[in-house]
Amino acid sequence: MKHTISVLVENKFGVLARIAGLFSARGYNISSLAVSETLDPTISYLTMVVDAKDEGILEQIKKQLNKLIDVITVTDFTKKGYIDRELVLLKVQCPAKDKGKLESTVKKFTARVIQNKKNVFVVEVMGSQDDISRSLDAFNRFGIKELIRTGKIAIASL
Amino acid sequence: MTGAQILIESLKREGVKVIFGYPGGQVLPIFDALYDSDIKFILPRHEQAAAHAADGYARATGKPGVCLATSGPGATNLTTGIATAYMDSIPMIAITGQVKSFLIGNDAFQEADVTGITRPITKHNYLVKDVKDLARTIHEAFHICSTGRPGPVLIDIPSDIQTQTAEFVWPEDVVMRSYKPTYFGHPGQIKKAAKLIAASRRPIIYAGGGVITSSAERELKMLAEKLNAPLTWTLMGIGCFPATHALSLGMLGMHGTAYANHAIMESDLIIAVGARFDDRVTGKLDTFAPGAKIIHIDIDPSSISKNVKVDVPIVGDAKNILGQLLEEIKGVLDTGDWLKMIAGWKKKYPLSYKESGTRIKPQYVIEQLDAITKGKAIITTEVGQNQMWAAQWYKYTQPRTFISSGGLGTMGFGFPAAMGVKVAFPDKIVFDVAGDGSIQMNIQELATCVCNKINVKVAILNNGYLGMVRQWQELFYKRRYSHVCLTGPDFVKLAESYGAAGIRVTKKEDVSSAIEKAIAIDNVVFIDFRVEPEENVFPMVPAGEAINKFIGGLA
Repeated sequence: MKHTISVLVENKFGVLARIAGLFSARGYNISSLAVSETLDPTISYLTMVVDAKDEGILEQIKKQLNKLIDVITVTDFTKKGYIDRELVLLKVQCPAKDKGKLESTVKKFTARVIQNKKNVFVVEVMGSQDDISRSLDAFNRFGIKELIRTGKIAIASL
Repeated sequence: MTGAQILIESLKREGVKVIFGYPGGQVLPIFDALYDSDIKFILPRHEQAAAHAADGYARATGKPGVCLATSGPGATNLTTGIATAYMDSIPMIAITGQVKSFLIGNDAFQEADVTGITRPITKHNYLVKDVKDLARTIHEAFHICSTGRPGPVLIDIPSDIQTQTAEFVWPEDVVMRSYKPTYFGHPGQIKKAAKLIAASRRPIIYAGGGVITSSAERELKMLAEKLNAPLTWTLMGIGCFPATHALSLGMLGMHGTAYANHAIMESDLIIAVGARFDDRVTGKLDTFAPGAKIIHIDIDPSSISKNVKVDVPIVGDAKNILGQLLEEIKGVLDTGDWLKMIAGWKKKYPLSYKESGTRIKPQYVIEQLDAITKGKAIITTEVGQNQMWAAQWYKYTQPRTFISSGGLGTMGFGFPAAMGVKVAFPDKIVFDVAGDGSIQMNIQELATCVCNKINVKVAILNNGYLGMVRQWQELFYKRRYSHVCLTGPDFVKLAESYGAAGIRVTKKEDVSSAIEKAIAIDNVVFIDFRVEPEENVFPMVPAGEAINKFIGGLA
C-alpha cells in the first residue's frame, strides 16, 4: 500500500543521501519524492510516497527516519486528512482535426497549453494524484510523447 | 588557534584521556598539535586496531573512545572497527583527515568519500567545511555518541581546515532541535507493564547490552529479586547480572543454556530490558515464546516491534524505567512452581562437556581461567568458538567485564580491544580469549602492547581450525571441511620475536599453572593452548530452528 509521509529535515548537505540510504539499505522503495526549502531556510520539507507491504514496514520506515539525527519531524498522512498536488508536463501529439477535442480535454482538467508547434502540444496539468491519473488517461487517447511529473507534495488539511 | 589546536583543545574539554591513532599525510597538522599535548597517544600497527582499541576502552569505561586516522586508506581501515562499535551501540569518536577541501571530489591522492562510506555504520557523521564550526561539531559529536542509544560518530576534517585559524569558542550547551532522546518511560506504559507483571505466573527477565549501557544493573537485580523472577541475558548483556545468582539462567539463544531457552519458550511474560530480539536469540520467529506477553524496554523506538510483536513497549533509559517500574509494582509474585520447573531443566540439561584424559578441552581452559582470576578479570574475546566458550564458562559478576563483538561478529577484535581495556584499567588482569584464526587478524598489535607495556594476556585456544565454521561444516555439510584448516605459526616464537612472552601448553594438568605463570609475568603473554581440535560448542540450536530444538551436548 502507498503511504504519504512528510519529513522536516535540517537543510544541510548529505541529508538526502542519509534518507535515500535508509531506504536502499532495507530494500524499501520510494515511489516519489519532492524536496524544497521552507520559509525557514535552515529547514527543508520532503514529501515522500512510499510503498510499504505491511504496517510493520511502515512503522520501521517512520522510526528509522526519526532516528536520523538531521530529521526534525516525521508526519504520516495515511490516517489524516491532507491535500496533495502534483504537477505534470506532457507533450501530446494531436492532429489538426482533433484540436477541438484536445482543447475540451484541457479545459475539463483545468490544464493549460503552454506551447504548440505543428501537431505537438506542451500541456501542464496540476492536481491531486487522482486528478492526474484521470487526466493522463484522457490525454493518452491523443498520444503522450513525453511526460514528466514532480512527485506529490502534501500538506495537512485544516 | 589552528583547526588542529582547536581539535585537541576540544578533546581535552570533553575529558579525553587517550587517543588511539595512526599518522598520515592529511593529519600532519593534528599530529603536530598532539606533539605539545598531554593527551596520551597510543600508536597501534594498523588503523583497524586503533578503532577496536578505542571501542574496547569505551566498553570498559562507558566513556567515548577516540580513534584517529588519515584520509583514504587510513579511514577505510577504521571502518570495520566503526561498524563493530555501531552494531553494539558503543560510544566512539572517529576522527579522520580528509584531502584539502577544495580538492574533495577530484580523486586526489588518498582521497575517499569517508562520510559516504561510513553513513550506514555511524550514528552520525560530519564533514567539517569551516574551521569556525569545528569546536561545536566536536561537542555535538560527543553528545550524540554518548546519549540515547550510543554509537560511533565520525568527524572528517580536511587538512586545510586543520591549518586555518579561528578563535576558540567552546559552546556550553548542545542545542539540537532534531535530536532529543526519550529518557523516562511513559507513566501510562509503566502502569500497563505493572499490570501484566501482576498477572504473570511464569515471568522471565531477558536482559541485554542496554542494561550495561545505562548502568542499570542495580535496578535490574532489585526487579529480579522483587519479582522472584528468573533472568537470562544476551551475549551483550553478560555481566549485567551475577552469573552466580540463584535466579540466573545464563545466556540464551543459539549457544545459550538449554534451561534459559526452555524457560523463555514456556514463560507467560517476557520482560525485555535493553535487548533487541536478535535472530541468534529468538531462533525461528513464529515459534518463539508462543504463550508469552512481552514488555519491551528500550531507548531506541526502532528496536521495538522490529522482530517480535510487543504488548507493552516502553521507550526510555533502562535505569530510569526499571526505577519507575519498581515503584509501581506492589506486592510479590508467586513464582514458586515456575522456579521449580526451571530447577528441573537445570538439573536435566546442565551446561556440560566431556572430559578426554590428558587432552585439553577448551571449556576447561575457561573454567580454570575463571577459578584462578576468581571471576574478576576483564575478558575480551575474538569471534567464533572461543567467544562462545568464554561466554558460557566464565562466571561474570560485574558489568563491563566481558568485551566481545556481538552484533557484527568481528574476528580480530579481541586483542586490540584488550589493549584498549588495559590502557583504561592498567591494574586489572585483562585476558583476550582467542582462537588461532582470529588472533592472526590483528596479531601485529603485539608490537604496540610490548612497546607501550600494555601487558594483556592472550589465551589462544589453538585447535588448528577456524573452529566455528568447521563445526557448521561438520554438522550441516557432512564434515566436508572446506578451507578451515590452519597451520602455524609457532605462537611462542612469534610472541618472543616481538619481545613478549610465550607459553605452550599441551596437557590438561599444565593449564592452571600456565595461567598463573602468565599472570605473574610482567609482560605481554601469549599462551598457546593446544586444545582438542574437533571440540564443538554445545548446546546449539541450528540457525532458523525454534530455540528449544537443540542438537548435541545434552546429557
